[in-house]
Amino acid sequence: MSTDRTGQGSASAPSAADNTGAGIPAETPGPGTGLVQLITPSGERISHPEFDPWLQDITDEQLCSLFEDMTVIRRIDVEATALQRQGELALWPPLLGQEAAQIGSGRALREDDFVFSSYRENGVAYCRGVDLTDIVRVWRGNASSGWDPYSINMATPQIIIGAQTLHATGYAMGIQNDGADCVAVTYFGDGATSEGDVNEAMVFAASFQVPVVFFCTNNHWAISEPVRLQSHIQLADRAAGFGIPSLRVDGNDVLAVMAATRVALDRARRGGGPTFIEAVSYRMGPHTTADDPTRYRDANELEDWAERDPISRVEALLDRKGLLTAELQQQVRDKADAVAREMRTGCTSMPDPRPLDVFKHVYSTPNSWLDRQQDHYARYLASFGDPAEAVSEEGAR
Amino acid sequence: MTQMTFARAINAGLRKSLEDDPKVVLLGEDIGALGGVFRITDGLQKDFGKHRVVDTPLAESAIVGTAVGLAYRGYRPVVEIQFDGFIYPAFDQIVSQVAKLHYRTRGAVKMPITIRVPFGGGIGSPEHHSESPEAYFTHTSGLRVVTVSNPQDAHTVIRQAISCDDPVLYFEPKRRYHDKGEVDENMDPRAAVPMDQARVVSEGTDVTLVAYGPLVKTARDAALAAADEGISIEVIDLRSLAPVDYDTVVASVRKTGRLVVTHEAGQSGGLGAEVAASITERCFYYLEAAPVRVTGFDIPYPYSKLEMHHVPGLDRILDGVDRALGRPNSLSGLEG
Repeated sequence: MSTDRTGQGSASAPSAADNTGAGIPAETPGPGTGLVQLITPSGERISHPEFDPWLQDITDEQLCSLFEDMTVIRRIDVEATALQRQGELALWPPLLGQEAAQIGSGRALREDDFVFSSYRENGVAYCRGVDLTDIVRVWRGNASSGWDPYSINMATPQIIIGAQTLHATGYAMGIQNDGADCVAVTYFGDGATSEGDVNEAMVFAASFQVPVVFFCTNNHWAISEPVRLQSHIQLADRAAGFGIPSLRVDGNDVLAVMAATRVALDRARRGGGPTFIEAVSYRMGPHTTADDPTRYRDANELEDWAERDPISRVEALLDRKGLLTAELQQQVRDKADAVAREMRTGCTSMPDPRPLDVFKHVYSTPNSWLDRQQDHYARYLASFGDPAEAVSEEGAR
Repeated sequence: MTQMTFARAINAGLRKSLEDDPKVVLLGEDIGALGGVFRITDGLQKDFGKHRVVDTPLAESAIVGTAVGLAYRGYRPVVEIQFDGFIYPAFDQIVSQVAKLHYRTRGAVKMPITIRVPFGGGIGSPEHHSESPEAYFTHTSGLRVVTVSNPQDAHTVIRQAISCDDPVLYFEPKRRYHDKGEVDENMDPRAAVPMDQARVVSEGTDVTLVAYGPLVKTARDAALAAADEGISIEVIDLRSLAPVDYDTVVASVRKTGRLVVTHEAGQSGGLGAEVAASITERCFYYLEAAPVRVTGFDIPYPYSKLEMHHVPGLDRILDGVDRALGRPNSLSGLEG
């Protein structure tokens, strides 16, 4: 941490805990400034009069299903990381540790809600029913987007930090114009809250009272920069400055996340405007596979958070309830294996794009400059004697 | 046909577009009750409502960024950037999002966003109110950049821009807002000359003079003045800055053998450089002299008492024509 940038440093190097916690009581249950928590790290279900009503439909079977989903997306993550290490993917942004935040919120959404996420919400895409091959298409370098946004009502993941929050707000303005009751949901990290776009998005969302949910996963690290460098107050508290109500939840607690998201979605559907959710979690892996977190964070911190692992606490809850049978565990393992296999096969058997594909979809109507460049490049390629290789299915646009 | 000002012609075009397509929405600062600082949207909020003509908070990135979201939802947003120099906070959303989402999503998401930018100088404004930022955008793939030089074009092209499925930056020459001209409001924009086609303003045989936006009138005046000296200038209004309709320019240069390009923006990396290079590539054996640029200087737009030194006027353009023709000119005797 730089003393100059934060104004809070001291001559001696601060500990990792000082860097990251910002004094946040990570396990304090309850509403308000504390964390909403419904499952403790040891798997105890805490009753909560405000949030329990939002989970009445969560049967034992559904709890098992959430456990399965979280396990599957962790497996997707592990498999994709392996694919990257094996040279099949150029890069991968792991979500390890954020499974509850993504499944809890993703499973709360309705099909006609529309998601604008960052590049890390592959678990949310899984909830939206994404084709598994499409999850890795971008990271293999075969396309700039994996899926058709309208096929799963989820925009192409955003690389520019925070830009998508404005898109969600604009989409929500459209929902409001249409008189529909769906919701735009935008996912971003703690680092994004420093960006102008996120702040502008909150101004617009509050001004027009549009149905948008700002879902901020505070994973404590923006690459190497701790959340304390971004904010000296709890991120959820920033929303009040925009006139937006907020919820601060234990992001490693799938039920708390789900309940909070449902509260926010319901408010939006009923014309109550935007809500800001801070899901307090932890990025247990690197920022991307190109990153080395051992250079900037303390191993003790990782250990602390490993004890609050989102999957093991659901596992513990299931165990307490007598639901963690060998049969369930096998079923979940099989599902994760099948998903990983499908993704790996899809990845490695993906055909390479063809040269002239670079010209496709720049415009939706003809562009004389580009048509000419494509024509010239096609001639150039044809000069090597294999025009078939160069031919594209469509012309340049 | 009706006589109307440039400003009124744009207003009428916006009105037609709002009437024709319920998915057209206008967004911008002060565009509602005030009708915009130039009154281009005058009366539109009153007639179409606050959800069609949206007065936004003051945040350019958000104005463009929310337009992206609206486009995702099937709307055709028309965004007003109040002044040229205010477009920079929205730059990221324009070049990284608006321009690229169609490509990024492999054609699944269309971005039919029109970004209206009053641009250029000559109205005695303070800093940030007189700039010509078009080259930043002509350099960005995925965007179409157009500008207009007369009320009829202003009316027709705004409607074409709004109905175009690609994002369009529509640069409005603000010092021409009060110029009047004949406008056929009933012209079907689909039947009119496409917005990406250049227009021969006046025919000539000695020099091709390429201009756009506010300088088309100046170029035409220069051609008239030159005619008195027996010089025949063919004036071309580019209309579209990205893509440039090179076929029209090439045909003219092959006839005249000489090219002068003029714009208010600074010279280095400007559109004039692009036109000169492209025409040199395509017309090298037809050119009888090196292409000449008559442009603004590579300086921040100057304070208003000096702005007319920066903005090319009739005499500077004619001096450029003399350079192209090898006639005595201000640089005679200089090498290189």
